[in-house]
Amino acid sequence: MYYFDHSATTKPHKEVLETFVKVNEEFYANPASIHELGVEANTLLSRARKQIADMLGTDETRVIFTSGGTESNHFAIHGLAKNLQARGKHIITSSIEHPSVLESLKQLELQGFEIEVLPVNEKGLISVEDVKSCLRKDTIMVSIMHINNELGSIQPIKDLANIIHQNSRAVFHVDAIQSFGKYPVSFSSLGVDVLTLSAHKFNGLKGSGIVAWKDYVSFEPVIVGGGQEFGLRSGTVPVAQAVSFAKAMRLTFENQSVMLSKYVEWNEKIRSFLQGYRNVRILSSNQAAAHILTISVRNLKGEILVNALQTRGIIVSTSSACSSKQTKTSHVIKSIGLSDDYIRGVIRISFGTSNTDQQIEHFIENFSTIMKQVKGE
Amino acid sequence: MEWKELLIRYGELSTKGRNRSSFTGRLRDNIRYAFADLPKFQIITERDRMFIRPNEQETMDQLIERLPKIFGIQSFSPVASCSLDLEDIKQTAVKVVESLDRTDKTFKVTVKRSYKPFEMETNELQQYVGSHVLRNFPEIRVQMKKPDIDLVVEVRREAVYMMAQVIPGAGGLPIGSNGKSILMLSGGIDSPVAGYQMLKRGVRLDAIHFYSPPYTSELSKEKVMDLAEKLSRFGASVKLHIIPFTAIQQEIQRQIPSNVSMTTTRRMMLRITDLVREETGALAIITGESLGQVASQTLESLTAINAVTPTPVLRPLIAFDKLDIIKIAQEIDTYEVSIRPYEDCCTIFTPASPKTKPKLEKVEFYESFKSFEDLIAEAVSEREIMMFPKKKQDKFSGLL
Repeated sequence: MYYFDHSATTKPHKEVLETFVKVNEEFYANPASIHELGVEANTLLSRARKQIADMLGTDETRVIFTSGGTESNHFAIHGLAKNLQARGKHIITSSIEHPSVLESLKQLELQGFEIEVLPVNEKGLISVEDVKSCLRKDTIMVSIMHINNELGSIQPIKDLANIIHQNSRAVFHVDAIQSFGKYPVSFSSLGVDVLTLSAHKFNGLKGSGIVAWKDYVSFEPVIVGGGQEFGLRSGTVPVAQAVSFAKAMRLTFENQSVMLSKYVEWNEKIRSFLQGYRNVRILSSNQAAAHILTISVRNLKGEILVNALQTRGIIVSTSSACSSKQTKTSHVIKSIGLSDDYIRGVIRISFGTSNTDQQIEHFIENFSTIMKQVKGE
Repeated sequence: MEWKELLIRYGELSTKGRNRSSFTGRLRDNIRYAFADLPKFQIITERDRMFIRPNEQETMDQLIERLPKIFGIQSFSPVASCSLDLEDIKQTAVKVVESLDRTDKTFKVTVKRSYKPFEMETNELQQYVGSHVLRNFPEIRVQMKKPDIDLVVEVRREAVYMMAQVIPGAGGLPIGSNGKSILMLSGGIDSPVAGYQMLKRGVRLDAIHFYSPPYTSELSKEKVMDLAEKLSRFGASVKLHIIPFTAIQQEIQRQIPSNVSMTTTRRMMLRITDLVREETGALAIITGESLGQVASQTLESLTAINAVTPTPVLRPLIAFDKLDIIKIAQEIDTYEVSIRPYEDCCTIFTPASPKTKPKLEKVEFYESFKSFEDLIAEAVSEREIMMFPKKKQDKFSGLL
């Protein structure tokens, strides 16, 4: 199988799995226990937390572990909103956020918060000016993702951060789940206040995420109980997941620049190949992230392409895995205003560390065979 | 920004008269010791300042980051250098100011022109550099008295030197310039802070800890080891003596009425400490006592405890409030270790109502029924000794 669905999930790195097993075997104690084994587990947990904090550029008391990207986004949004509601109830976001952000915000809307959802252009980009004009005295939060999971569009996070910080007291949350490991993600490179990450998007384990923030940000807890994770997220901390997270992060980080040059090369190769087709439209803009290439074939259902490629050993997806099981069109694809003849034929090719040059050739050959069959082109 | 050298100001050191050269020599050695992991660099010691010239920019960055921890330094400044060419001077000035935080800052230029043949006079060069900098950074304002940024331009024969940033140092005196003392390290918040305060005054430390297995766990010992390790990061190694104290504590429980047992315990600890002090050649004993904080720290208690030795007992925290002590503990990174929740030998045997005003004669009377000499000698001779910083082997290696 040639796997081109890395934006849905990735295969865990072998070394990460080894870490996971070893920590479970040797440091399985509850890190909150005061006995020797507990202390040892807690020391290891702190080391993992510090490694993550160092890589992102914050301190180790500003990182908590969660059950994944969805919980991380949920915590960031609800935790901030609860904490800041005395100051205001106005929140800004974009129309192409991940459902974990949009649905969390819908919950807040029912509780009386005012949610402003900004549109994106045909490239999937939000306008910095739009954000600026929406900022108000009572804007408490702006939540905008770094790289979109369905289109690969890269939002101008640094410019947004400047505008937001110059014109308001709002906290800027950025979902960097699709960008970490492919593009630089840190507090200094992005200028943001809160970051959320998920391990399984960069060869880590599923069920493992983090929230990280700068020292001036505070949250109210969402899950309460034994007061773990600085009282912000109760529940016994899974040390093995936390350590695996740190390890996956380090391995990915060390490979980042090499892999990015590969993604750029592959992206250009497939793009120039697809430009020969009249019936294919490339939805990811030229400036989009190199590891995500979303295209659409005119008057053809995305599922047909997915199945046809699959029989030839190639795995791609129709838009995102989160929304592709549902028959309705993805909210992201709707947001970029695609014409009717293209709206159902969307597929996403997403690269990762498991791909090779030869696999790209294989994709090109088979795609052209399929197109001859179904479109006679 | 590429820096050429670091200028180090001694502060208090330069008032030390004839002893100065031994102080500056000590500071130089301590800097060498603390940065032994970095590539070699040049240190030039002058009468009232010191220059450090590393060969690589990376070493320079490390120095800038870590120098603020070294005692005996009032402040230091990264210095840039350029040729005597006016255009070069202008550009360097802009680069130096650019490297600073400029929001809402006031500014002036100070010129020192020791190379007299230079083409401009002092005032002329001051105007010339100042106006060029202001053109580039309209956000800063000129202020001649106490400006936030004082760009110092020094014209020497070989080059022009420039600096603007003054980074505060740790102050105090170089460690080792005031001899060695022994610190009673309990594992609580106060004693490491007391140790730190004395390190800052140039004292080299040994530390002593009383360990009562099985009443206190291996973890409480590890905690003290971690504290000793933290203290060893201020530029001098720390030797830790761990005294087996169970037998003495049990004997006290048997012999001494419970309301003064705490006083006797402290007296025994001090006697042991004094013996270890003598053996190691230390001159004084340091404790983290703060007046009135607990029953053993009232003036009456301190008198009764102190009566066992004429050795000076230094109590740097005696007049500190607890909150101020905690603040320092957090700054020196010992707080998180100190608050780990393990029992130490003091808390386990604490009587329900210890006397806050014990009478010395009474305590001596109770102690007279039993000779503690042998037990004390045994505890001293069976102590465990370790050195910090210690090269620990990492059991988590490969996992992260």
